[in-house]
Amino acid sequence: MNSIEVNNLTKKFGSFTAVDNVSFNVKKGEIFGFLGANGAGKSTTIRMLCAILMPSSGDALVGGYSIVKEPDLVKRNIGYMSQRFSLYNDLTVEENINFFGGVYGLEGDELNERKKWVLKTANLEKQERTLTGALPGGIKQRLALGTAVIHKPEIVFLDEPTSGVDPISRRRFWDLIHELASEGTTVLVTTHYLEEAEYCGNIILINAGRLIAEGDPKELKTNYLKNTILEIECSKVVAAMEILEKEDFVDETSIFGNQIHIIVNDKFRNKDQVKNILSSNSIDVVRIDKIVPTLEDVFIHLLEKK
Amino acid sequence: MFSFICLKKNKMFKRIFAISKKEVRQLKRDTRMLYVLFVFPFVLLILFGYAINFDVHHIRMAVYDLDKTKDTRDFINRLTSSSYFDLYGYLNSERRIREVLDQGEVQLVLVFPEDFSRNIYSGKEAKVQILVEGIDANTASVIANYMNAAAATFTLKITQEELAVRGREGYIPINLEPRFWFNPDLNSTRYLIPGLISMILIMTAVISIALSIVREKERGTIEQINVSPLSSLELLIGKTLPYSVIALVIASIILIAGYILFGVTIKGSVLLLFISTLIFLFACLNMGILISSISDSQQIAFQVSALVSLLPSFLLSGFVFPIESMPVVIQILTNITPVKFYIIILRDILLKGVGLESFWMQIIYLIIFSALFLFLSTLINKKNKTV
Repeated sequence: MNSIEVNNLTKKFGSFTAVDNVSFNVKKGEIFGFLGANGAGKSTTIRMLCAILMPSSGDALVGGYSIVKEPDLVKRNIGYMSQRFSLYNDLTVEENINFFGGVYGLEGDELNERKKWVLKTANLEKQERTLTGALPGGIKQRLALGTAVIHKPEIVFLDEPTSGVDPISRRRFWDLIHELASEGTTVLVTTHYLEEAEYCGNIILINAGRLIAEGDPKELKTNYLKNTILEIECSKVVAAMEILEKEDFVDETSIFGNQIHIIVNDKFRNKDQVKNILSSNSIDVVRIDKIVPTLEDVFIHLLEKK
Repeated sequence: MFSFICLKKNKMFKRIFAISKKEVRQLKRDTRMLYVLFVFPFVLLILFGYAINFDVHHIRMAVYDLDKTKDTRDFINRLTSSSYFDLYGYLNSERRIREVLDQGEVQLVLVFPEDFSRNIYSGKEAKVQILVEGIDANTASVIANYMNAAAATFTLKITQEELAVRGREGYIPINLEPRFWFNPDLNSTRYLIPGLISMILIMTAVISIALSIVREKERGTIEQINVSPLSSLELLIGKTLPYSVIALVIASIILIAGYILFGVTIKGSVLLLFISTLIFLFACLNMGILISSISDSQQIAFQVSALVSLLPSFLLSGFVFPIESMPVVIQILTNITPVKFYIIILRDILLKGVGLESFWMQIIYLIIFSALFLFLSTLINKKNKTV
């Protein structure tokens, strides 16, 4: 069953097309990764799916409601959290929870029960009276997610929820996302961090407003990048990359720290071919391995092809 | 069906109430805003009530009397027995006149020539010279007017005495008896209080609502509101409610302070006052909402609000400067501020005690104002939303 069905969604701002005929489906209870560079159209798409921006053409069903015809019903059934921590810093933890509870029409026992849940989720039990502005980033972010789903929405949109947060908090935040999904909440998340994309069930990649790849992480790695990838560890990586770029068996090169990844074509014979070229240019080769591509390899490949 | 509508309405009120509650809580922690709302009005009240006073009292007067008769003393006594003139002293040389005026020791010097008294009783024209320090043109002209009036009554008295001596009954050809209605002792504070109330109300209403909305934009919390089921109308009502109540409280406090400090009473209907104040507040709040829709930061919102609410309500509303004496172009321009109309209403209710029949036009103007501002801000908001 699909929680979100996006059909030919398009948004134009004057002559600029921010989102160009995008279609995809999100299954109920899955964690769906939405990737793309800044300005690729991610936020515009999310804003349309949250029914705060009307599409120029196309439609989407979010939780079964049309974003064009029933925006109010869409809003009632979704949760939304952005990287900007949309909590009131000048309210206490409890006041923030009460406010968002009130906005979603919660009261009495229901509100108290959800308040307890949010406090527990954010590790803020007995800190109800702390001013939200005084909380550390990681905690604030968990509180933001908690309040975003205070009304138990079917679908929650997370717009770059982990940007600017330390790795440990990020990891714990993802545990929370998994917890939500395991309880049946559909999570659509945008992120810059490609290792986070690996946690997602399905992923789409958009570039310049167009959808350029979709599938689960495994499919993406095999379907979109069929060529062999070599990982080379050597001295003088930049010089090595410049040399390899000129070889006709090499399609693409990219640097990953002190390693080079090269995508080779059918003119490639064996590893020695590479080793000899580098050695003859007095570059010491530590190792050359054939590897399974990372998502980063796939995305760089896809984006450079464009 | 009915219960469904009730339920829907109930939820709507709950959402509005949630917003209002949140606003009050935020305001409680915003010391700066609390000062603007509750201290600033009193500073203005004291400042305008006491410092800015257009009445001219206690004019320092020196006398250079060359005649030194009963008549000159009589003339001087008549002046100094009012609160308008204080006798600084007698000068003993013509040179001193220049000195005391130059050094600002006095504002006025009276000069009686040697033949003052003699001329009166020999049927000639008696002359008095007055020398007024003319730097403050307003005060100078007031002094000149007082002197004219004083001279006229003195002349009348002399004429009547003369006639009586000659055994004929005096009569006064034209007896002008001025009575100043609604403000009998021409007290300018009484005239200023309505304007002061209007100015304080428009400032608090415009600034508070504009800042409260722009703050959400600036901090990004508006995004969270936008994706919630709150409609923009619910948001606006939720935000305007607490500030309307606060503005009404401030208005009442000013009225009470106006009564205690300056003796301004409500002559007309309190209910009418309340209703017209609500209508005026509504216009102001809509103005604030319009400002919030065109400004992106609190700083800009504050400056625009202060500029738009303070300047026109001070200069163009008839608060201090009478609109009738402005050039025609400026007179047309005065219509840009709702304060102009509210001041008329307030003066009517507070000072004259008249009813709706004399200010229904102003009420309609205010409603048109509100509608216009509301229309413009929804237009701009809609445009912002699609971009």
